[in-house]
Amino acid sequence: MNSSANALQATFGNAIGRVVDARGETIVYVSPAKVRDVLVWLKQTAGQDYNYLVDVTAVEYRDRERPLEVVWNLRSLSSRQDLRIKVELDPRGELAVPSVVDLWAGANWLEREVYDMFGVTFTGHPDLRRILMWETYAEGYPLRKDFPLRGRFSRSEQVRQALNVNPEGHYSMEELAIADAYDELPRDMRDRLARGERDKIPNSE
Amino acid sequence: MSKRTVELSVATPGSDAQGNPLRVPIPASPADVDPELGGEHLLVNIGPQHPATHGVLRLVVELEGETVVRVIPHVGYLHSGFEKLGEYRHYNQIIPLTDRTDYLAPMSNNVGVVLAAEKLMGIEITPRCQVLRVIACEMSRIISHMVWLGTTSIDLGAFTPFLWAFQQRERIYNLQEMWTGARLTTSLTRVGGLLADVPDKFVTDLRTFTETFPDTLDEIDRVLTRNAVWVGRTQNIGVLTAEEAINYSLSGPMLRASGVPWDLRKDKPYLGYENYDFDVPVGEHGDVYDRFLVRLEECYQSNRILKQALDRLPEGPINVDDPRVILPPKSRAMNDMEAMIYHFKQVMEGVKAPVGEAYAGIENPKGELGNYFVSDGTAKPVRWRIRPPAFINLASISKMAEGHLLSDLIAINASVDIVMGEVDR
Repeated sequence: MNSSANALQATFGNAIGRVVDARGETIVYVSPAKVRDVLVWLKQTAGQDYNYLVDVTAVEYRDRERPLEVVWNLRSLSSRQDLRIKVELDPRGELAVPSVVDLWAGANWLEREVYDMFGVTFTGHPDLRRILMWETYAEGYPLRKDFPLRGRFSRSEQVRQALNVNPEGHYSMEELAIADAYDELPRDMRDRLARGERDKIPNSE
Repeated sequence: MSKRTVELSVATPGSDAQGNPLRVPIPASPADVDPELGGEHLLVNIGPQHPATHGVLRLVVELEGETVVRVIPHVGYLHSGFEKLGEYRHYNQIIPLTDRTDYLAPMSNNVGVVLAAEKLMGIEITPRCQVLRVIACEMSRIISHMVWLGTTSIDLGAFTPFLWAFQQRERIYNLQEMWTGARLTTSLTRVGGLLADVPDKFVTDLRTFTETFPDTLDEIDRVLTRNAVWVGRTQNIGVLTAEEAINYSLSGPMLRASGVPWDLRKDKPYLGYENYDFDVPVGEHGDVYDRFLVRLEECYQSNRILKQALDRLPEGPINVDDPRVILPPKSRAMNDMEAMIYHFKQVMEGVKAPVGEAYAGIENPKGELGNYFVSDGTAKPVRWRIRPPAFINLASISKMAEGHLLSDLIAINASVDIVMGEVDR
């Protein structure tokens, strides 16, 4: 059993839910309101020193009654201990947890991936965009259990959209602004980009 | 004639008092060349179809003159949804998916995923299987580093080491083919054991390899390590300090090149790595050059481990003696009622895992490959998460490249050692 679990219970009281110790791994459930305080405390308190973020991910169970879990795998390189922090969220409610990018820069892409795949918002993230799917992907969040394995759209619709991508949509507004290329685009393209249409087909809806 | 000599001496100006190589002076900004060029920023798109991005990585680069101001990476062009697919498959059926993640070290991925499944199910593998899996991991490390060395040297203008490195990789591929029947889609492991024992000729052939392979490493070392062009293009490029490397969650050679002595084989041993005698090379400056040195030395160390593993390879079974996990031999399944029932149940229902979860990290060539299974008691995982080392290492590329030249961006991108199959999964 990782001694940090007891220290957390002593420090945060009933913000800490159950503690599971199985297969040499310690899992601590934390209430969503306090999770950022817990993570800051684990990183910055002498003696805890969880300076390495191994992974951020999420778990949704097949049982729809069970909450969706956001998981932080932490590691202390000095004491060689791993600790898993979990937060339970109601999948029917708002899925939001605080971001930890300011604590661990490595969380940037990991949080974007969880947002992309599960639709969990990380409040305070500097650049929360989809990462593996394209930015205008409209089918939802692929790793959610209500997402069918083949996607929400029919195969013919997926093919149609792929063939009809808007070629100027491959650069973001920000990127085009860098090159001053934005001013050179025809007016209708500029209007479409300004409305946020990237890879969408014009007039498709 | 004399003019030409002068030019050459400018191109390779030698070294300063501390022994560091001097560089050709480059004006800091375009405004220094011509005031009219000041303030102009250029947008350059590299990839997704570009040989120097090592796969379908796309980098949108903002340049001021030749200096990189900002790098905006775009990934996901090779996204295959492996984690989603894994939720619809039995644990053993997941193994072929792992071949296709880090496809430069497939056997090592196979080992990683079954270690997590075995941890979840509480299975202890046999001693022979342990040693064979170590051999598989170290063979993978060598081929992955050989591809890295070859492609990186090509990116930086050296063609010859590429040929040497790929020649050695080919020898391992032949061994891989001898063992598993496949060169890339090895699917070597099974939960509780292996696909097959090594064939008779394998041990002698691998021993021959371990005896001659260091010669190639020596040659690469001789050609690159003190080469003025190589040194000039890699030293002080893409520097990350130890604190930054930890903060960016880097792992593997990237982390160690920055001076953090962390190797899962030493610090959280698995597969009995604590019983092998090997060193973990650690860099000092955290630049591209140190990453090269670390990877080169890791090849020597992998070779050492391979030799020790061959020496101690014990006799005995490769699979655990548990009919619920391992298929009975075909002859028994066809003649023995009980064996046939087990065979049927395993094929139809799969291997059931108890309720719970397990994370197992292994030291892959690219870094820490983690496999995280969550089970609800059925034969298919609720969640299969790959902690992708290349994806996490790549996230630091903007930090490393900004302020360097565009040509250095190529060196930095190469030094991360990405494989897009794993980055995009």
